[in-house]
Amino acid sequence: MRGRAISFKTARREAGDNTAMSIIDFDFPRRGELRSALTDIAPALVAGVPIGLLFGAVAVAKGMAPLEAVLMSALVFAGGAQFAAIELWQHPPPLVALVVSTALINARHILMGISLAPKLKLLGMLQRLCGCAVMADENWALAERRAAGLPLTPAYFLGMGAVFWANWVLWSAIGAMLGPVLGDPRRFGADFAFIAIFIGLVVSLSKGARSAGVIAASALAATLVHAFVGSPWHVLSGAFAGIAAAALLDRKDAR
Amino acid sequence: MSLDPTTLLAILLMALATCLTRVAGLVLVGRLRLEGRAKAAFDAIPPAILTAVIAPAVLTGGPAEAIAGLITILAAFRLPLLGTVLVGVAAIVVLRAIFGG
Repeated sequence: MRGRAISFKTARREAGDNTAMSIIDFDFPRRGELRSALTDIAPALVAGVPIGLLFGAVAVAKGMAPLEAVLMSALVFAGGAQFAAIELWQHPPPLVALVVSTALINARHILMGISLAPKLKLLGMLQRLCGCAVMADENWALAERRAAGLPLTPAYFLGMGAVFWANWVLWSAIGAMLGPVLGDPRRFGADFAFIAIFIGLVVSLSKGARSAGVIAASALAATLVHAFVGSPWHVLSGAFAGIAAAALLDRKDAR
Repeated sequence: MSLDPTTLLAILLMALATCLTRVAGLVLVGRLRLEGRAKAAFDAIPPAILTAVIAPAVLTGGPAEAIAGLITILAAFRLPLLGTVLVGVAAIVVLRAIFGG
């Protein structure tokens, strides 16, 4: 495991020297792309198990049929928005509130897509659409990390997305069927698995002191807005604070 | 298994809203070339978003969450992703037992 982490850092450094990399210059085995995707997404799959179980169980407890809970996981495929929807859930469902809440929580996808889109040059239009249709925080962050060192291939991005989607649907379904048998997942620290994976992704995406300012600004703004305005506004507020900090801290001599 | 029509409509509308946010980036970007401050701002998107999602839970969740967050950050510098998750989950279970969270 340690060896893999080191080889990733090496790959990133090599890419830094060779930004104008073309498709012909590949000197890595392309057949390994799917395997790399599965290896890289594996921790997120593990962390997704308790969160999927929790969603299924909570949705059924709130009065959704198991089939409806699974359908929501399959079609919406956005943990944060789905948990928020369950908070709002009643019969009949409040359509406007649900759509506004979902759009606000998922508005970060717009920024994520803007950041990732230029790195999808090896993908056809249909592949880009399919890949982005299953773009969630974890597989997006891993794709960003991959793109920092190696060209992003269809096998890597789509393979990772498909597996991550299937994992979420599967564990939501199991959670919906097992329901209240599971008990409180907080007892096993299951809710913290999600936080830990985000921390791991932030650390692996950051580049020293320049990222520290971004992370500090984002954390501060998100926490203040969460406390004084409320969820889900903290996500976009924090994101824009971090982005603004990066622009302000940027100096010519650092480039 | 039952499927209520209004529930189905709610799920479909949520799916549509989410899908639009997901593909919007593809449409908006085109072929832009960024330099200087704009490039720095652009490169900051990934850590800025991920931090914003979890920061309130870590910083205002209580002592167990804050300390477990710190331990997880330290672990993330040394361990691969799966190791980081395991350390984080183990830390929160122990710390919640101590602080009664």
